[in-house]
Amino acid sequence: MAFEGLADKLQNVFKNLRSKGLLTEDDVKVALKEVKMALLEADVNFKVVKQFVKSVEERAVGQDVLRGLNPGQMVIKIVNEEMISLMGSETTEIKFQPGKSITTILMCGLQGAGKTTATAKLAGKLLLKGKKPLLVACDVYRPAAIKQLMVNGEKVGVDVFSMGDQHSPIDIAKASIEHAKKNGHNVVILDTAGRLHIDEDMMNELIQIKNNVEVHQSLLVVDAMTGQDAVNVASDFNERIGIDGVILSKMDGDTRGGAALSVKAVTGCPILYVGMGEKLADLEQFYPDRMANRILGMGDVLTLIEKAQESVDIDEEQGKDMIKRLKKGKFDYNDYLESMKQMRKLGGLSSILGMLPGMGAKMSDLEGAIDEKEIARNEAIILSMTKEERSNPKIMSLPRKGRIAKGAGVDIAYVNKFVKQFEQTQKMMKQMPGMMGGKKGRGLFGGFGGMKFPF
Amino acid sequence: MAGFFSRLFSGFSSIDDDFYEEIFETLVMADTGVRTSDAIVEKLKIQVKENKIKNPEECKKYLKKNMIEQMEVEDEAYDFLKERSVVFVIGVNGVGKTTTIGKLAGILKKEGKKVLVAAADTFRAAAGEQLDEWAKRVGVDIVQGKEGQDPSSVLFDSIQSAKAKNVDVLLVDTAGRLHNKKNLMDELEKMNRLINSYYPKVRRENLVVLDGTTGQNALVQAKEFSQVTKLTGVILTKMDGTAKGGIAVAVQSELSLPVKFIGVGEKVEDLSRFDAEEYIESLFEERG
Repeated sequence: MAFEGLADKLQNVFKNLRSKGLLTEDDVKVALKEVKMALLEADVNFKVVKQFVKSVEERAVGQDVLRGLNPGQMVIKIVNEEMISLMGSETTEIKFQPGKSITTILMCGLQGAGKTTATAKLAGKLLLKGKKPLLVACDVYRPAAIKQLMVNGEKVGVDVFSMGDQHSPIDIAKASIEHAKKNGHNVVILDTAGRLHIDEDMMNELIQIKNNVEVHQSLLVVDAMTGQDAVNVASDFNERIGIDGVILSKMDGDTRGGAALSVKAVTGCPILYVGMGEKLADLEQFYPDRMANRILGMGDVLTLIEKAQESVDIDEEQGKDMIKRLKKGKFDYNDYLESMKQMRKLGGLSSILGMLPGMGAKMSDLEGAIDEKEIARNEAIILSMTKEERSNPKIMSLPRKGRIAKGAGVDIAYVNKFVKQFEQTQKMMKQMPGMMGGKKGRGLFGGFGGMKFPF
Repeated sequence: MAGFFSRLFSGFSSIDDDFYEEIFETLVMADTGVRTSDAIVEKLKIQVKENKIKNPEECKKYLKKNMIEQMEVEDEAYDFLKERSVVFVIGVNGVGKTTTIGKLAGILKKEGKKVLVAAADTFRAAAGEQLDEWAKRVGVDIVQGKEGQDPSSVLFDSIQSAKAKNVDVLLVDTAGRLHNKKNLMDELEKMNRLINSYYPKVRRENLVVLDGTTGQNALVQAKEFSQVTKLTGVILTKMDGTAKGGIAVAVQSELSLPVKFIGVGEKVEDLSRFDAEEYIESLFEERG
């Protein structure tokens, strides 16, 4: 989907603004309008958005624009920080009962949220942590729900307790605890039927289970694609039965997942896990920072900003020297090698691309197009050259190429190709001295096809 | 049906920016999405100007009329129920495909049609059993596959069986899949081709099932699934909760795909033909 990343939008908004020290109220207002739309597009609840935008505005107005950032980036930085702190700054784990006592976990949610799948995934995860979980089939309504849990339980190697569909879920839950005690299980996970949060009878059933069985953790499974209604669902479940944590399912889709923010905002419950795939192993830890970036559609722009700053700081001197040389129209193999090193510091080409907004989903297409192995091979070729050859590319000849090919362990045709490619780059470098004027030496990347960063 | 309309419009004595903002907010809160909601409000603004509308009450009539007109379904949309047809039901995980097929089978059976359901969801554990249960409940024939079997082979068997038994409507259940999983989408495309090749002379009805509680991603889903087969409509499920299912307006306005059925529960009778007027009314109704 053609998300126009928030970073790009803000870039446009602030096109005419160069860093001016403080963020003015007008700057912030304009920027936050875009932020608001981005959040709404990401399905964050309207009311949550309003509240959020207000708190960002309060924090942002009058803030210093940090050195090296433009106002747009500064706003993004603040938005991002606020969002991460709202979603919980640290990852939390399920709390277990001490010693040998049984921890009972109740799974609940709407129909089709992915409870049964999440339940089995969770059991598999706990098994790996050395627990002895028992899955309990309390969904006596949906046809074949019990069978589904049994099959999934078998797949992850966890016992499933079922009494068929003729008993009440309350009785099943009670009996399962007895069964767990007898058989040495220390975690009991109750898989309940999907239900609407406004279905009185069904909500009462959950309350009854909690009244009859000591439930230590009630986990709400929420479909990551849920829209504005996520707040109603979450707050109803929370008010009626009390929620301790959230599992966000179907996160392997391409949804922005704004529901995560809505749910956290109205319940205050931590998001414990995210479901990342169809396979039972695909239940992952929740990371608020990644989620924030995803909701904003920014990729890891911030990480990229940080990384770029770090590496620029270290290599500023070196960079200056190089730019001076480039401006004189000099570009040799040493420079090429150096610029490759710079790329490495940023985490390699595909990692950079992955951090860019809108690129994440397309990475699989690009993997074929950009070959990091090729870069490594090119590096080997340069390293097989003599010092003289590196600083004076003109002396390259056929016998030299033959020697280099042997040294680098590649075919001579490959060396030929690389030398040609280098010469083209050299030509290109001469043609665009303007690009080399960048204060921070970002123009270095011109060597790789003039890649432009969105900031 | 006093609903939201009266509340919204009575709070305003004149048509100003706040008034439009309120409409926008209501639409977005119903999951209609920023872009579509914006378009609806803009259209309304033009009408207000052109017709020199002064009071909010009259404005309300325009807004409602516009949206109902947009969402209205023609009678021909249901022709596949009368003819020999194959209904290909697709969508992401957990939207209610199997349940919808069960209900659809029940409706058709009641109308005296000869129905066959194809249990081509061979991926999800016990999906076949779930559909089997439905088939028994409503009394229709079913062609089963084994878990892990190629769904196309189940489909092929179903087509052969439908031909042999002279079936009126063949309902094809498929495994839920996220639309960004290329290999799974390829699998659907293969099934689509298979119907074209082996069952060419029947009417095709390709329905994407969208969960009424889903937000903006449902639009992406509809777009992606329409790459696999030529979609003829939408089934909007889980409309018995508090979600408004406004994404269907976005789907209609961006893809011209009509909602044909609406699911409001787990019983056979909880699937009905889409009623644009009722839907738009409830879109604006406030919760509680």
